[in-house]
Amino acid sequence: MTVGILALQGDFREHLQVLQRLQAPARLVRLPQHLEEVDRLILPGGESTTIGKLMVAYDLLEPIRRRAGHDLAVWGTCAGAILMARQITAGEARGQPLLGMMDIAVQRNGFGSQVNSFEASLSLPVLGEPRFRGVFIRAPVIESVGAGVDVLGSLPETGTIVAARQGRLLAATFHPELASDDRFHRFFLEL
Amino acid sequence: MAKEWGKNMETSTWTNKIGLPQMLKGGVIMDVVTPEHAQIAQEAGAVAVMALERVPADIRAQGGVARMSDPELILAIKEAVTIPVMAKVRIGHFVEAQVLEALGVDCIDESEVLTPADEEHHINKHAFKVPFVCGCRNLGEALRRVAEGAAMLRTKGEAGTGNVVEAVRHARAVYGEIRRLQGMDENERFAAAKTIQAPYELVRQVAESGHLPVVNFAAGGIATPADAALMMQLGVDGVFVGSGIFKSSDPARRARAIVEATTHYEDPAIIARVSRGLGEPMHGLEIGAIPQEQLLAGRGW
Repeated sequence: MTVGILALQGDFREHLQVLQRLQAPARLVRLPQHLEEVDRLILPGGESTTIGKLMVAYDLLEPIRRRAGHDLAVWGTCAGAILMARQITAGEARGQPLLGMMDIAVQRNGFGSQVNSFEASLSLPVLGEPRFRGVFIRAPVIESVGAGVDVLGSLPETGTIVAARQGRLLAATFHPELASDDRFHRFFLEL
Repeated sequence: MAKEWGKNMETSTWTNKIGLPQMLKGGVIMDVVTPEHAQIAQEAGAVAVMALERVPADIRAQGGVARMSDPELILAIKEAVTIPVMAKVRIGHFVEAQVLEALGVDCIDESEVLTPADEEHHINKHAFKVPFVCGCRNLGEALRRVAEGAAMLRTKGEAGTGNVVEAVRHARAVYGEIRRLQGMDENERFAAAKTIQAPYELVRQVAESGHLPVVNFAAGGIATPADAALMMQLGVDGVFVGSGIFKSSDPARRARAIVEATTHYEDPAIIARVSRGLGEPMHGLEIGAIPQEQLLAGRGW
């Protein structure tokens, strides 16, 4: 098993460091041929507009879409979750390319600008106790999910969905790669 | 619209402040002077834009006091794009910074490109919720800025010249000094902290981790895709391009090419392909031909 990390832009090295600590074989993915030996893929945090445009320019959308959820488990964090969504309800840049493979509707920058970025303790039953420290940076909001999607956790105060799963597709609106807690990564490795 | 905050939710933590630049890594931040420029930058794949009234090449050419941009312009640029918007304040001008924070910019650049407002003190950046980026020429300057609360660094280079030589000098200085610290024994680090005039605690942290405590981009003189990839190979986390894009003959195309070269900085075949037929780069200046008092990198202390 090799985990690919999309390395077009963003905090892909932070994901790589967590996987190295877990001794999970991992490689950076910048071109379609890098996907060939990969059976799991992480879409990191970053700027979804930038990453989306580079995915189009380097022919990465189709090969990922074709395999995602089947022989390729995919996990998007923050910008990655935006790219996975079937629908962007607000804050979409003109011509934003999307993988559009997970039945969730997402609002970009759902909490406001950078000064509204925050940390919160999250109850995520699939990860058990204690609560998971969620780092939210210009985070998107998952506004609704389709019938085949399980909600994995919400902000207790507002009910805002922060993580969801659809079979072998996983989305989180925060940054587990910035927490010193590898439980979410281990959960993905078993998906 | 901002959602309602709960007790459990803590805003603008240090992790949040250094986290924004982490999300910009591997990307290109572009200087823009109009909402139309901002859209061109976003369309080309910029990770953020720096909103200002004049690019550094024009500040250099026109002279006079360079200040924070008109809030009207910053708001119009914020309205035009969905990517983060940064803006510059004069060194030490904490009220300009308060204004930019009130406008909701995503990051403030306390910049030597503008005319300094205080020749002794930089802004106490811990006092703000918004993250700051500051320039540096060497490790000591970098760590002094971090001690003041900078959540991101950029090597200064020499803005508005289209000449990468100073950016290279500053990046080599920063990373070379980190490598030297790593080679020192524990006792030597105290003297090293004194020599580079940086807080010992940060010197120790850098010596042990082998990297800066915050993200570091290159700035000041990057004009071509190869310049961007050069800085990335020297070890920076991303690049700022100021005058280099909108002072060239085909800004949209050059912007796109610099974005691709920054992502694929280790792949010469891709850098070669994106560098073909880009038209005229900005004309550029020989550093030695600039009068000493007009060099910007020496501003900041």
